[in-house]
Amino acid sequence: MEKFITLFSTAVPLFIDNIDTDQIIPARFLKLTTKSDLGKNLFRDWRYDSNGKIKKNFILNKKKYSGKILITGKNFGCGSSREHAAWAIRDYGFKVVISNIFADIFKQNALNNGLLTIELKTDFINLIYKNIFLNPNILFEINLEHQYVQFENNKEYFKIDDFKKKCFINGYDDIELLFSIKKKIEIFEKNNIYN
Amino acid sequence: MNKTLFEKVWESHVVFSLNKKIDVLYIDRHYIHEVTSSQAFEELKKRKISILRNNKIIATTDHNVPTKNQHLPIKDVLSKFQIETLEKNCYDNGILFFGLKHDFQGIVHVIGPELGITLPGMTIVCGDSHTSTHGAFGCIAFGIGTSQVAMVMATQCLLQTKPKQMRLKLEGKLNLGVTAKDIILYILSKLGPDGGTGYFIEYSGSVFKRMNMEERMTVCNMSIEMGARGGMIEPDSTTLKYLKPKIFSPKEKEFKKIKKICKNLKTDKKALFEKEYKFNSDKINPMITYGTNPSMCINISDPIGYNHQNIQSLKYMGLKEGEDLLGLKINYVFIGSCTNSRIEDIRLVSKLIKNKKKADNVSVMVVPGSKQVYKEIINSGIDLILLKAGFELRKPGCSACLGMNEDKIPYGEYCLSTSNRNFEGRQGKGARTLLASPLVAAITAIEGKIVNITEYIKNNYM
Repeated sequence: MEKFITLFSTAVPLFIDNIDTDQIIPARFLKLTTKSDLGKNLFRDWRYDSNGKIKKNFILNKKKYSGKILITGKNFGCGSSREHAAWAIRDYGFKVVISNIFADIFKQNALNNGLLTIELKTDFINLIYKNIFLNPNILFEINLEHQYVQFENNKEYFKIDDFKKKCFINGYDDIELLFSIKKKIEIFEKNNIYN
Repeated sequence: MNKTLFEKVWESHVVFSLNKKIDVLYIDRHYIHEVTSSQAFEELKKRKISILRNNKIIATTDHNVPTKNQHLPIKDVLSKFQIETLEKNCYDNGILFFGLKHDFQGIVHVIGPELGITLPGMTIVCGDSHTSTHGAFGCIAFGIGTSQVAMVMATQCLLQTKPKQMRLKLEGKLNLGVTAKDIILYILSKLGPDGGTGYFIEYSGSVFKRMNMEERMTVCNMSIEMGARGGMIEPDSTTLKYLKPKIFSPKEKEFKKIKKICKNLKTDKKALFEKEYKFNSDKINPMITYGTNPSMCINISDPIGYNHQNIQSLKYMGLKEGEDLLGLKINYVFIGSCTNSRIEDIRLVSKLIKNKKKADNVSVMVVPGSKQVYKEIINSGIDLILLKAGFELRKPGCSACLGMNEDKIPYGEYCLSTSNRNFEGRQGKGARTLLASPLVAAITAIEGKIVNITEYIKNNYM
């Protein structure tokens, strides 16, 4: 996993609640046996109409919005467990997604792929929305070490599990930790009911 | 100390606590399928890691398989390659594989229980969000992503934050035409699409207690639609009776052990839940969704009420706030998916359509959940009832639930579907999904439009 410490970037506001993973990456793009190249089909049916023409009004197609941060409505990533959703967002170029609350499986998938999910209070997200609407070039600072998001004079702290934080800062993942306790797993198995 | 059913199963599977929040959880069963596993096998190969316990993994093909001409080579090149990749990975690693030609092939959440591979008190994962289905057996069962599939393959464990706990109690008698599907849709309409996020649910009370296993699976299956990690029900004599004759169920002495395990799989009287809801079944009538997430759901004869998502949702659905759905012409009916494709679902449909015919405007597709269900349909003569009614019986697969194969609903058309998700484009680009029970699906197919189900049953079946 790539290391993540601090990020300075502009952001793309996609303020729709309950965006499900079928919208993030439709099922017809899940036939691949690799993880790469999914970014081009991110939000496919919101970005393009049925003839493959660009929908100009969709936020990702508006040139004035760009950056490595995606800001979304609540319950982002609900529905299917497809990790392709996290791969597609990452492949498109986003490194951080901010929401009021994330769907559980999506959050775990994102964190396992170096895509930082940050949960912030609705008030602060609304403040971002107002400001970004007036000025799309606002620069955000995502500081993982001290766990805050800042733009202009507004600063909000966020929570992240200590272990996950270490994974991001050092660029390692769950598998390495699980592997280091293999002995414990084998001992556990001996007494497990369904062994 | 008083413990919940969830706590009992969870605690007996904790290998090691990493910190106050994260546990290393041991996994008893790992189901895999063609769509979310190949990248996991690839990851292990890349890291030169071998699979720790191949005997705890069961593979099936379901998500993108055709439901017509399954005996012929698959036409879709990508689907074919994905399935062949799974077959090869299973062969190379000694994993039990139920391919298209196998008698046990079917939707992963249908075959696990019906073969007796899912057993009470297990921890179960699969790279599919509807893994919550197996909670019907008192299991902690939940969907995972592909990175986690690789973790379980490598170590038989996952790092997991223990979710909070919620109890949903439902008491009372059921109204006419109300099935397990209506109950879970009603609960969804009350809790919303994120009402369960961060929680694991226990369904309790007399209504769930009276349900058969197929009905309990329908309920637990849709726990994920309110964002819950999963949902579970205490195993009891119904559970044991269901499991006993199953092919892979432990036999004799070993089965007695399962009985003993079940005795302890109960929530203690004074156990605490972070959230509790009580519902009364009087309030529940046949339900239908009108929007683009499963919680946007109403009593079938009620008008569409306010929802903050209505503007975008109703535009997509071609519906209006304040109007009801009665009389809405339906050209497609899909009976299938891991929610409602079990033999009891198909039996219910066949009872309702016996000696009747579908409306001319409707295409009806019945996709059984597994080869075993298909076989039972043939053995019990249900296939003839379906044929006479003009319902098309297909071969097992996920089919039009997510439209990964060629079973798609055309642009702009309404589909009355017994599946679990009505998201935009889920059943095909521009397809408009209305979720309901197999009972509602059968009657809609006969009438070719949405009708008042309660009245219809009174007038036609009583």
